[in-house]
Amino acid sequence: MVENRPGLNLLAHAVLIAGVLLVAFPIYVTFVASTLTLDQIMTVPMPLVPGDQLLANYSQVLKAGTTGGSQASVAQMLLNSTVMALAIALGKIAISIIASFAIVYFRFPLRNFFFWMIFVTLMLPVEVRIIPTFKVVSDLGMLNSYVGLTLPLIASATATFLFRQFFLTVPEELAEAARIDGAGPMRFFLDVLLPLSKTSIAALFVIQFIYGWNQYLWPLLVTGDESMYTVVIGIKRMITGGDAANEWHLIMATAMLALLPPAAVVVLMQKWFVKGLVETEK
Amino acid sequence: MLIRTLAAFLLCSASAHAQTEIQWWHSMGGALGERVNELAGKFNASQKDYKVVPVYKGQYPESMTAAIAAFRAGNAPHILQVFEVGTATMMAAKGAVVPVAKVMADAKEPFDPKAYLPTVSGYYTDLKGNMLSFPFNSSTALFYTNDDVLKKAGITAPKTWKEVQAAADKLKASGQQCVYTTAWPSWVHIENFSAWHNVPIGTKQNGMGGFDTQFTINSPLHVRHVAMLGEMAKKGQFTYAGRTNQGDAKFSSGECPLFTGSASAQAGIRKAAKFQWSAHFLPYHDDVKGAPQNSIIGGASLWVMGGKKPVDYKGVAKFFAYLSQPEVQMEFHTSTGYVPITLAAYQMTRKTGYYERNPGAETTIKQLTNKAPTENSKGLRFGNFVQGREVIEEEMESVFAGRKEAKAALDDAVKRGNEILRKFEATARN
Amino acid sequence: MEKRVVFRSAWLPYALLAPQIAITVVFFFVPAGQAAWYSFQLQDAFGLRSEFVGLQNFEALFASPQYLQSFRTTAVFSVLVAGCGIALALLLATMADRVLRGALAYRTLLIWPYAVAPAVAGVLWAFLFAPSIGIVTYFLRRFGVDWNWIINGDQAMLLIVIASVWKQISYNFLFFLAGLQSIPRSLIEAAAIDGAGPARRFWTIVFPLLSPTTFFLLVVNIVYAFFDTFGVIDATTQGGPATDTQILVYKVYYDGVKAADLGGSSAQSVILMFIVVVLTALQFRFVEKKVQY
Repeated sequence: MVENRPGLNLLAHAVLIAGVLLVAFPIYVTFVASTLTLDQIMTVPMPLVPGDQLLANYSQVLKAGTTGGSQASVAQMLLNSTVMALAIALGKIAISIIASFAIVYFRFPLRNFFFWMIFVTLMLPVEVRIIPTFKVVSDLGMLNSYVGLTLPLIASATATFLFRQFFLTVPEELAEAARIDGAGPMRFFLDVLLPLSKTSIAALFVIQFIYGWNQYLWPLLVTGDESMYTVVIGIKRMITGGDAANEWHLIMATAMLALLPPAAVVVLMQKWFVKGLVETEK
Repeated sequence: MLIRTLAAFLLCSASAHAQTEIQWWHSMGGALGERVNELAGKFNASQKDYKVVPVYKGQYPESMTAAIAAFRAGNAPHILQVFEVGTATMMAAKGAVVPVAKVMADAKEPFDPKAYLPTVSGYYTDLKGNMLSFPFNSSTALFYTNDDVLKKAGITAPKTWKEVQAAADKLKASGQQCVYTTAWPSWVHIENFSAWHNVPIGTKQNGMGGFDTQFTINSPLHVRHVAMLGEMAKKGQFTYAGRTNQGDAKFSSGECPLFTGSASAQAGIRKAAKFQWSAHFLPYHDDVKGAPQNSIIGGASLWVMGGKKPVDYKGVAKFFAYLSQPEVQMEFHTSTGYVPITLAAYQMTRKTGYYERNPGAETTIKQLTNKAPTENSKGLRFGNFVQGREVIEEEMESVFAGRKEAKAALDDAVKRGNEILRKFEATARN
Repeated sequence: MEKRVVFRSAWLPYALLAPQIAITVVFFFVPAGQAAWYSFQLQDAFGLRSEFVGLQNFEALFASPQYLQSFRTTAVFSVLVAGCGIALALLLATMADRVLRGALAYRTLLIWPYAVAPAVAGVLWAFLFAPSIGIVTYFLRRFGVDWNWIINGDQAMLLIVIASVWKQISYNFLFFLAGLQSIPRSLIEAAAIDGAGPARRFWTIVFPLLSPTTFFLLVVNIVYAFFDTFGVIDATTQGGPATDTQILVYKVYYDGVKAADLGGSSAQSVILMFIVVVLTALQFRFVEKKVQY
């Protein structure tokens, strides 16, 4: 801050607080709705202080979803989401880091060809090739399975790119020293590169976990059985009729359960997350 | 007797003691899903050779997509519940489906098409009289009234659209925010509307006579009706609720006292409404000759997928025979609000006095059988009608939002609808 | 950029690359090729018959007013989402940059919409704005606004814009904050000494120096509006009313899955691929410029 302008400071705080409130408002209303009964929500206007149904609503959805629409248990859905998010995050990191290592630290025929092959996939988000990808997964018999949910999403280029950017900044001397010591490439990778990449890996983990957890279109197509729903899809499938017939108190409880794990990951790993997001994307 | 037991035993051991499993994909969620499971359970308990396994696959469009994908991958279910607008698509998929008439004949199960209610079976029968799919859950559109609100405003339940408008004026004047709403706008106000007034929805007997049909929903009567709805929307007397059954909730919560929706909404209304209500015939324009004629069904039927073993089809046939039994039909009809599909079931239900205790339940059947169906009121069969219906609803929404005139909107609906029909015809012809 | 010190091995790099390449081929290139192939075919829903029709599907698309309309809808939607998202985030970041106390707390409180799935964001805001029971609807009615997004296309668009922007603010905020904090203090101090007030300093120094970040975010936000908002729309308006919120990617899904029109849907996919290629090329061209900046 250059000069001291208390008026402007006050304005800044005011704007920030307004921003925080705007951001928090929907979540607060959701939380309140998840602690009310359906009748309380249906009488307009809805009360804005939490009710007493917290235990009742959450245990209902965790056990058996809604009573009218989808009856898949949200506990099962949370499990599916967790498996999916972890598999995608860890899988992506594992595959991309070794692919990136190969591209950066080796010279071999077709190196550039493979590089561009991976680069091109940046231009093909899943929504663009959704129907044929569905058909491929269906032909491979992977519908309604964890494999079908996660495998097609594991090979995107962003992680490979991020690692490539990072590896390019690693000092040459380290590789040289490894070579002089007679260490092979995998030794170099495991003993030197991997430890150095810890921050990038942590940052990528947060980003990819959230990416995997929040997937919508792909699980929508690939899962038909209720036992395979992820929690994000489950919410959509609970909304059956018009806005009065839905069991909003249960839907909102599910929404809270759907956003708490990724929010926890973001807040707890905030430091790495911000660093990774901002610095590696540049 | 001994020989039969021996034969059965040999057959069983020949199939390695395993029952033949029949996969049944359906879209009945919640309480309806429980009814489905009950049906399958009771059938399975009544015999040992076959086991029907119902699987909930999401709503109708999703389960149809899943079934198509499964068929392409070679593992389709045996029985698939398909909504009525998918009939033409299924019918054109020769090789992917087996007509029910053939399944029953091959399995030598007794099957008399005349035992079924004509308005119900007619929808799913081809011109030669062969039943293509098995009618399962059929409903029709009804007109519901909030009798408490009407009584307070001093109105009797309207029978014609003119009376509806007069009632709407009165209700609006008495301070009602919402007066009338509807569910399934195209099904109620175009499809059922046409049948109820004995005018065609499309040429060639509403598409039943051939894939080269064209829409005729921009006739002066249709334009006049949709324009009327647009006027009511402008005056705040018609509150649009959405393309599916979102209107149900607006009625059962008491928000809108007049409502047109599916007969299957009764279960939900019965549970949620905290006021007196009743179900009536749809309103009609009394200056149209021939109105009221009869309404057409909505809902779904069961299709048999191709590529399975003969022993599987025997099981399917036995299951369908079981479903046609009057007791089973009566149980399903009274617990869900769907129409009983055989005359015998209808008579049986009547005899138990069920309709005296629940007047609204018979309105459905009475409306469907109001008069012998004409070629305008047997049903409809348009290819890719999922898309077609959405197009019609898009155009209707522009009228309700005050953005288009009714004539322009319906002309566009016909034009765009016909494009879809031509595309379907091209793929079905090869 | 290349490494000077490299390893050589006959088989190791291929082995390391194999998983990624295998999945890329099976789940990217094969489907993309199939999409291109289907776009030249006319098929029935079950795939029992298909007929090669050349560019007919593409011609039909460009002759259809609904498809052209969805271009317009997508353009309006992306401009609104990107514009509002960037403007609001810039405002918040500028304010956060000013306050030293509590900056971390503000940042923590402002970043977690990033964790919310777009579909969930859609459901939350649809609940707030529900025509019958929404709490915001209630207040709007008190102020005389008749809110029914089920029939009013502009209101439906407003709903999905709000839900999409809400979710994206945190992402933009983080980048702007980092960008602001990397501006050398000396520049700002010099301007202050010259007598420039905070507003003037912002527009003549800060904003131009932020332009790489702004441009980067513009492209990212537009791509987000094109694709990631699918969840928002499917969970709320489903393209309605009357196609008022049917953006391009939603039409691809709808035509392919609900209407079983594989040819038309694949043709739309191919067109979308071209658009994405252009957008990504723009982004990478610009990122290179930024590195030299």
